[in-house]
Amino acid sequence: MFDQIDLSMVDWARAQFALTAIYHWLFVPLTLGLSFIVAIMETIYVRTGNPEWKKITKFWMLLFGINFAIGVATGIILEFQFGTNWSNYSWFVGDIFGAPLAIEGIMAFFLESTFIAVMFFGWNKVSKGFHLAASWLTAIGANLSALWILVANAWMQNPVGMKFNPDTARNEMINFWEVLFSPMAVNKFLHTISNGYVIASIFVIGISAWFLLHHRHVLTAKRSILVAGIFGIITSLFLAYTGDGSAYTVAQKQPMKLAAMEGLYKGTSGAGLVAVGILTPSKKPGDGKDPFLMKVEIPNMLSILGYRDSKAFVPGVTDLLNGGYKPWFEKIPEEERESTYSVAQKMEKGKLAISALRNYKTASKAGDTILANISRRQLEENFPYFGYGYLTKPESAVPNIPLTFYSFHLMVMLGFYFILLFALVLFFLNRGNLEKQRWLLWLSLWTIPLGYLASQAGWVVAEVGRQPWVIQDLLPTIAAISMIGAGSVKTTFWIFAALFTALLIAEVMIMVRQIKIGPKDGGQK
Amino acid sequence: MSLLALQQYWWVIISLLASLLIFLMFVQGGQTLIYTLGKTEPERKIIVNTLGRKWEFTFTTLVTFGGAFFASFPLFYSTSFGGAYWVWMIILFAFVIQAVSYEFRTKPNNFLGQRTFEVFLLINGALGTILIGAAVSTFFTGSEFVVDKLNLTNLTSPVISRWEGPAHGLEAVLNWRNVTLGLTVFFLARVLGILYILNSVNQEAIAKRGHKQLWINAIPFLVLFLTYVFALLLSNGFAVDPETGRVFMEPFKYWHNLIQMPVVMVLFILGGLLVLHGIFMPLLRFKACASKGIWTAGIGTVLTVFALFLLAGFNHTPYYPSTSDLQSSLTIMNSSSSHYTLIAMSYVSLLVPFVLAYIVYAWWSINRKKITEEEMEEDGHAY
Repeated sequence: MFDQIDLSMVDWARAQFALTAIYHWLFVPLTLGLSFIVAIMETIYVRTGNPEWKKITKFWMLLFGINFAIGVATGIILEFQFGTNWSNYSWFVGDIFGAPLAIEGIMAFFLESTFIAVMFFGWNKVSKGFHLAASWLTAIGANLSALWILVANAWMQNPVGMKFNPDTARNEMINFWEVLFSPMAVNKFLHTISNGYVIASIFVIGISAWFLLHHRHVLTAKRSILVAGIFGIITSLFLAYTGDGSAYTVAQKQPMKLAAMEGLYKGTSGAGLVAVGILTPSKKPGDGKDPFLMKVEIPNMLSILGYRDSKAFVPGVTDLLNGGYKPWFEKIPEEERESTYSVAQKMEKGKLAISALRNYKTASKAGDTILANISRRQLEENFPYFGYGYLTKPESAVPNIPLTFYSFHLMVMLGFYFILLFALVLFFLNRGNLEKQRWLLWLSLWTIPLGYLASQAGWVVAEVGRQPWVIQDLLPTIAAISMIGAGSVKTTFWIFAALFTALLIAEVMIMVRQIKIGPKDGGQK
Repeated sequence: MSLLALQQYWWVIISLLASLLIFLMFVQGGQTLIYTLGKTEPERKIIVNTLGRKWEFTFTTLVTFGGAFFASFPLFYSTSFGGAYWVWMIILFAFVIQAVSYEFRTKPNNFLGQRTFEVFLLINGALGTILIGAAVSTFFTGSEFVVDKLNLTNLTSPVISRWEGPAHGLEAVLNWRNVTLGLTVFFLARVLGILYILNSVNQEAIAKRGHKQLWINAIPFLVLFLTYVFALLLSNGFAVDPETGRVFMEPFKYWHNLIQMPVVMVLFILGGLLVLHGIFMPLLRFKACASKGIWTAGIGTVLTVFALFLLAGFNHTPYYPSTSDLQSSLTIMNSSSSHYTLIAMSYVSLLVPFVLAYIVYAWWSINRKKITEEEMEEDGHAY
């Protein structure tokens, strides 16, 4: 009865979500990490009573406040955008997805916003102990909010703990704990927050390095580097560990994303991990061209990362499109494993599921229980492929491979570089001659943007790599949108782009000025 | 617990959050008075800092209200946000610009200049209150949408709800009743803002102007509020037949709701009286009451808005009626989450008293001292 979906509107809605998420994610990781670093610094102040530590704490707290405000500003759009631009999605999975968002508000945002006020305005109004508790509670609040939104995101990538109810025409939650503790959710949370800790450590070290380069606030800078260096090396190692966990869960639940991350077109047993590579630009699935112009590979590593077995078969894009291969299960012999369906077959099954839903609803309304029961069974049998029914061609099940591949490799390379940087900084700090290593200080300063680059690249892998799905296998982006004109979304896109860019410029200019003023008088003007 | 009981429980929670949000919009109201109450830069600084210590509560309540509405009544989230796109987007823009303005306003090298951030606060104060008020009014006046869940099976266009009007929500401001409630909320927020400033600031000139402004804003508020309430009680309302679920128009529906739910009537009248008490005690210059007006008016606001939301959703009333297709109207029964999700969320809602307790404690800790120029310098963090 309604008009056809306007494809350009889907693209604009996606662009708007990407834009607002990218901007939001410029500020959130620093909030996540810096809140803990500030709390650690204040703890040292409270324990030692040394006013130098109070000065250090207040300086980083000031920068935290500037960054926090813009993080909040960019965040509110994201929550409401699920409704404004993805209204079908909001109904189709709102029964599951809404809960973490509400819990985030009740459990985390109030904690954060209440105690941040104590943190900033309570220095002379509450006891030292209460103030310290407020700083820790702000950090915990910020990280708890990350937990709930990441649980929600992980659920989109790996929908568990729910069942489709044809009467209400939506998915409904049947197991909250399964949603909260799915391996995908646990990994995503730990990987993402540790990424925030690493960015904050890089930020603190980079700015402190700038102070050392200019022979200013030397004691503050060294102490800040000590805290951030230790925090950074521990969390960057943890980041690598959780990164490995993420790759494993992706291999199990989103094999197409893994294939895109590695530019793997033709699957193989004992697949190697591409350490460095350049993709053939015009490569299309099944065209016979070599996917790589050049690559350096670590033998068997992809099989180990994805399946914990050097002999495991890792399916490529073509295998996933054409089906017919037997997915790797260590404990089940090959002859007992079932072959997979092709995307075309899944599309057929998806269409069957959708028409069964229509038949079920029509028959129920007409009181035809026999047809309703048959249709219901047909729907349940084919529901795992429901979303495929909306695809128009099999190729649309393949994400943007170059973007996913390069983002993934950039993220991983930078991740290892950060570990090395933290180790070097701590090594020279320990030897007492960090100030003389000007190259390392400059390198630390210029690593700040790299931290953000790596983090954004990680989200590109997560979100571009899962296309076309907004809910893995169940709902493609094209079926998730709101019925609003492309013109409206285009207008709001440009308004957001202009506004957020202006605010980003303001934030950076304020931050740079406050850094130049330095911690001498608490960083205040 | 039955599904209906859970749906009612969650409508109560949503109503409570909405009423707290309207009360906390004293921050927005105060923002529209920065230049009226503060004639010098130090005075404006005091006002901005007084409001700035509370803006996050309003903001967080708005976000939590959105999240809780999504979790408990997802069909509303889907239909209203996806349909009345422009109203919600403008409200969101108004809140985005607020969130940075306090922190960035007086920071050196802030790119846009102090005046721009003050204008942002003004825009947030005016648009935020008026549009939220107008949006709430559509709970009684209806909106132009159609919901058809069977549409999910349409492969080329599976969107289940759509807005009929091309203005995507902006048409709400063409309805005089919606505008009346929008302006009521605007003037109420200003009244509450003045009362809050009288409560927190220790500065003679600001207090004097505050008293004067209280009159200027209380009168339009009362006129608009009474106009809205009379129009509401006398109007045709939307009703649901509990047997068949069919939606129909009923004369004096909201008046019937009021008399058929005496508890709601008591809350509504008590709330109104408390608001009047909060406004007029300071006006009649009982000095001791001057700084406490915010509490009586605040509690009164919470009770009144709470009662209004109960009028909108209880007693077989669709809380989000459709004027395009009556049967598409949303009720707490046909738009809620599943039994399991509502139960899970109800456990989470047990945290609310704990959250309120620590907010009250933190608020008390920070507000013990009246705000003066010296006080702002003490902590070294001033907006």
